[in-house]
Amino acid sequence: MKPILARLSRDLPAMLGLGVVVVVLLLAIFGPWIAPHPEDASASHLLRRLKPPSADFPFGTDNLGRDILSRVILGARGALQIALTVVVVAMLIGVPLGLVAGYRSGWLSETIMRVTDVVLAIPQLVLALALAQLLTPSLESAMLALSLTYWPFFTRIVYAETRRLSASLFVDALRGVGAASPRIVFLHILPNALSPVIVRATIGLGFTILVAAVLGFLGMGATPPAPDWGLAIADSRTYLPRAWWYATFPGLAILITVMGFNLLGDGLRDIVDPRLRRSR
Amino acid sequence: MIATAPPIVSVRDLSVLLGGRRGFLRKPVPPVAAVKEVSLDLREGEILALVGESGCGKTTLGRTILGLQRESAGEIQFDGAAVSGLRPDAARAARRDIQYVHQDAGAALDPWWSIGRTLAEGLVIRGVRNAAERRDRVAEMLAAVGLDPASARRYPHEFSGGQLRRVALARILLLRPRVLILDEPTSGLDMSVQATVLNLLLELRERFGLTYLFISHDLSVVARLSDRVAIMYLGRIVETGATKALFDRPAHPYTRILMAAAPRLAGRQAAEALPVRGDPPSPTAAPPGCAFLDRCPIGEPGCARRVPQLIAVGSEHRVACHLASRAANDWASYGVFAGQTAPVGAARHG
Repeated sequence: MKPILARLSRDLPAMLGLGVVVVVLLLAIFGPWIAPHPEDASASHLLRRLKPPSADFPFGTDNLGRDILSRVILGARGALQIALTVVVVAMLIGVPLGLVAGYRSGWLSETIMRVTDVVLAIPQLVLALALAQLLTPSLESAMLALSLTYWPFFTRIVYAETRRLSASLFVDALRGVGAASPRIVFLHILPNALSPVIVRATIGLGFTILVAAVLGFLGMGATPPAPDWGLAIADSRTYLPRAWWYATFPGLAILITVMGFNLLGDGLRDIVDPRLRRSR
Repeated sequence: MIATAPPIVSVRDLSVLLGGRRGFLRKPVPPVAAVKEVSLDLREGEILALVGESGCGKTTLGRTILGLQRESAGEIQFDGAAVSGLRPDAARAARRDIQYVHQDAGAALDPWWSIGRTLAEGLVIRGVRNAAERRDRVAEMLAAVGLDPASARRYPHEFSGGQLRRVALARILLLRPRVLILDEPTSGLDMSVQATVLNLLLELRERFGLTYLFISHDLSVVARLSDRVAIMYLGRIVETGATKALFDRPAHPYTRILMAAAPRLAGRQAAEALPVRGDPPSPTAAPPGCAFLDRCPIGEPGCARRVPQLIAVGSEHRVACHLASRAANDWASYGVFAGQTAPVGAARHG
């Protein structure tokens, strides 16, 4: 772990990303204690609707008089919960499929990879929208839709790594020593294939937060009064451009969080695979 | 030499076809015959060297004997019992006393596993349940190959090339094999390390009662280590015999060319000897008759008619060349003399 952190610390954008991710994590965990008006998750104060940013309400208030700063802070937990659930479920589906397809050859492997290709060919947002529309609109169906559209990314990565590794000399040597396939796949190939998966998962967390916000914006994700960032932007539309703060701060939260995860993911990828190092 | 010892591994008319595909929606690919009708015996306790250029099928032959590559025809016996014609996992299980040491010892180790864990893994697979016993045996074996038992905690990238060979040997020897197939055990090592690895191999053979099938293209190493030699060309054994007899009187033109081409220190001027013309023909389109014909300095049109079989030219010395009986005389006119071709310290005439 030490060399990874040491190398990461030389990569300024990645450190920035790491900082953002740590802050978002802290907000998600300690949000209710940090937020100045934690009760604003559900309460409404019609007397102070749409107040511009001030000392009391640094990000202003929304159409129900709720403190936007508090709701942005409280929204971090929901966003991370969605992102983590989606990425973990997608990994649970995608990684085993990639291992099977990569280690075995034949019709099973071909079928898995062709299905993966088909799912990858459809833009993720479109597919998630279609799926979310089919299910009843709720946070759970949004997460399910996102998981069902994100697993192929993991399958492809794990497939490629498994292919490479199962042709490698050390796997050949293991077969020579008499190791059985489950031992080779789970104890040797999987750990060796894991680093690109972690990189992809990090980028995927950011991406999922973005897509979840889009689904929330379109009314297919979180339901009011949950302090969801996408939902807040959707609600703010009627009050634009007068109440500029209403859309701006949740939007910035999404932007900074997604960027943080992407920068961290890119930095990790550079460490895992120096061949992909960007020229900067 | 233990000429009377029974063979521990016996290979009869072994052929191996590689690749070949009759895929759906794909162009069919014909298989390549990597090993053709090879017969050889490995006697208990001896070191047999398998020599040939890259791509001649020596590694495939080794892997087939090991059981990781399936034979297409022919028979393999291990310790008197037939072990060929089995399903892949059964084939490997029947030959667990034959083990293979990879050419690239570093790449044969999982980079994420410490040496100690990798070594102990073989024992886990063999059903040694007691962790303390595994640890003791690993430490003992690391000491036997000349490594510090404390190095069990280190990872493959922390070892040098020579140390990695020792690690690879320790890993295999923990499984208590009887036959070791060593694939180029000295390639990529500098001279002094090579010498220590070779000495270690000889020492381990004594200590553990091993038999070596030694795959190499380095003739100086072969001359030093092996009891018998088999020369392979394009999937066939073209000459075989006791090391001394074969190096003193090479009978196949290919063997002579190999020996003339081997670099050596003493007799530095010998390097101008026969260049080999051209590349070996592709195994997918092997010529009829003698496969060496297009590159042979003494070949005749008649050689293309049929494949030469191994015939005896000495007590244990056999060669597959139509012109073997005449070759020894004819060679003088091509500028190569039998005596000149000994690999180390050969005095050149004139």
